[in-house]
Amino acid sequence: MPKWTMVQAINQALALELEQDRRVRIFGEDVGRNGGVFRVTDGLQERFGEDRVFDTPLAEAGIIGVAVGMALYGLRPVAEIQFAGFAHLAFHQVAAQAARLRYRSGGEHHVPLVIRAPFGGGVRTPELHSDSVEAFYAHAEGIKVVIPSGPYEAKGLLHAAIQDPDPVFFLEHMKLYRSLREEVPEERYTIPLMEARVVQPGNDLTAIAYGALLHTTLAAARQVEKEDGVSIEVIDLRTVHPLDEETVVASVNRTGRALVVHEDSRAASIAAEVIAVINERALYALLKPVRRVTCPDTPFPLPAVEDVIVPHQERIVRALRETLEP
Amino acid sequence: MAYPFPTEIHRVVDPEGNLVGDPPELSPEQHRKLYYWMVFGRMWSERMVALQRQGRMGTFAPHVGQEAQAGIASPLRQDDWLLGTYRECIAYFVKGLSPLAPMATHRGYFSRGYTRELGLVPLQIVIGNQMLHAVGVAMAMQYEGTDRVAVGVCGDGATSQGDFHEALNFAAVFQAPFIAVVQNNQYAISVPRQRQAAVEYLAYRGPAFGIPGYIVDGNDVLAVHKVVQECVERARAGEGPSLVELLTYRMGAHTTADDPTKYRSDEEVAHWQARDPIKRYRIFLLRQEILSNEEDEALHEQATADLQRCVEEFEAMPPPRPEEIFEHVFETPPPNLLRQRDEILGTP
Ligand SMILES: Cc1ncc(C[n+]2csc(CCOP(=O)(O)OP(=O)(O)O)c2C)c(N)n1
Repeated sequence: MPKWTMVQAINQALALELEQDRRVRIFGEDVGRNGGVFRVTDGLQERFGEDRVFDTPLAEAGIIGVAVGMALYGLRPVAEIQFAGFAHLAFHQVAAQAARLRYRSGGEHHVPLVIRAPFGGGVRTPELHSDSVEAFYAHAEGIKVVIPSGPYEAKGLLHAAIQDPDPVFFLEHMKLYRSLREEVPEERYTIPLMEARVVQPGNDLTAIAYGALLHTTLAAARQVEKEDGVSIEVIDLRTVHPLDEETVVASVNRTGRALVVHEDSRAASIAAEVIAVINERALYALLKPVRRVTCPDTPFPLPAVEDVIVPHQERIVRALRETLEP
Repeated sequence: MAYPFPTEIHRVVDPEGNLVGDPPELSPEQHRKLYYWMVFGRMWSERMVALQRQGRMGTFAPHVGQEAQAGIASPLRQDDWLLGTYRECIAYFVKGLSPLAPMATHRGYFSRGYTRELGLVPLQIVIGNQMLHAVGVAMAMQYEGTDRVAVGVCGDGATSQGDFHEALNFAAVFQAPFIAVVQNNQYAISVPRQRQAAVEYLAYRGPAFGIPGYIVDGNDVLAVHKVVQECVERARAGEGPSLVELLTYRMGAHTTADDPTKYRSDEEVAHWQARDPIKRYRIFLLRQEILSNEEDEALHEQATADLQRCVEEFEAMPPPRPEEIFEHVFETPPPNLLRQRDEILGTP
């Protein structure tokens, strides 16, 4: 099996979708001729033509708004927002339109739309390029929010997202684009949405993460396992909304301890929701308060100081140990 | 693409009912159908307000005075799409929507009946958003190689929204088979048209994007039909989008929750009263002997009876089932939503 980066895996998934489903069209800023600023759509326009893969005017509300129209009509648009922070400029088209049209029409219409956007810290970008936006969209009822943690996951989840009958916000952490390679089957496969994955089983604590920080969390867990002789279950949420509560609750009920890690800021975040679910459904199993390791409630800082706040292995190790204390 | 600012105000029938331009080619049947929907539409709007006053209807936006909007939809085929707002009910009726559908919508039921088969999407509430959807629909039609068109309709207030501008720009860049129609009824709730834009006519927005703009007497249904028809033909032929501004006036309140005497004068209202779209079309139809006085009476009786039946059917409509609140968020409700349903409605 070939070893691919996440950029290659997503590119491959998009190519397969374009190949097998004529309803799929890819568009956004610089996705056509240039193949995307991260080369995620590299070669697709050449191979499938300008009808299928094309550049648009530089207008995020316009991109999502016309994508909603195409989806209403029966196409399967895959719209790219060049950086997730700029989806703020299309927020109304996502939250007030894409996410609600099925509801408003009592199920008569639906919006099978995928919005892809890179995000994430650690790559030294200008302002707003790095911001995590998942919590905004988790609150826009009617849209799924998916964040893959690597190449294999990205491909399977993206296939599922494109064939999903409802809108999906697909957020790609920039740091994962090229930093790791995985074996990825060349053929099409899907990973179901709204199902978390137990990345490694364990008995003493449940560590819940997603995206790039899944790997940091895994590394931290392994360090603590090795040094402290404990066993830690690590869960990749994959779909951060709607949550796969069952997987989380079942695990915490068994381990009695939990830690939630993400790069997004803290208040009203995915971690807040996960902990609320644990409180509602696994509180009596808890031996210690559930902690969060997240960015603080500040704007995502400019590159010179970003390393201070993005959770790193040491911080996660510390939180794991505190939670593991008897 | 370079288009000049439009100068002509398109008009076929003047306020006194005189023929002042070339009428569009319509059969007597088509004329009567247009006229019927205008007459029915006014009765329907007045009934909706009455129902609201009786507490049997939610907030409603009357469209009395704007009945010539029928001409927005009359040039369309069933496989064309029309995306408008709460103010475009008559155009939706002409396109095939059952008047029961917006009655349900305004009572707070789910908006059903605005189907893909009819080329309709539920009445837009978020000002201006639908214009982009209409362009997306048009781009999909173009992609599929059909000769269908998509029409987006909005008010004068909506033209200040970014979505309106982005819609015109996308449509122009992709030469989408799209027609933007602005029902300029002079107000966005209480805010007058002059506060929305410094240009003299909103149709001037068209040429700025590389789109022809048309100014139309929006109380003259034949002018509306004729201009929209021309735009539709151009779009079908692959000649790109257009912008049509209809100069009209909302005779009533913005909605049942509004008091227009706070922001406009009786003189202004009287000025527009004299330009009534139904009265003028009726004189034209009688003069052209497309309609006799007896036929007009019969048509009014028909509309009254149709409306009565409509109201009866509406009263018999069951409210949405509470379970439905959870059924239309996603195609398959996720487990956490089902748990929330059971928590509120009790375990089934
Ligand atoms: C985005 C948005 N902002 C504000 C409102 C509240 N609102 C409802 S109707 C309206 C005025 C709309 O005016 P116009 O576009 O001219 O259409 P009209 O109602 O006159 O037909 C406003 C401000 C809204 N529905 N959506």
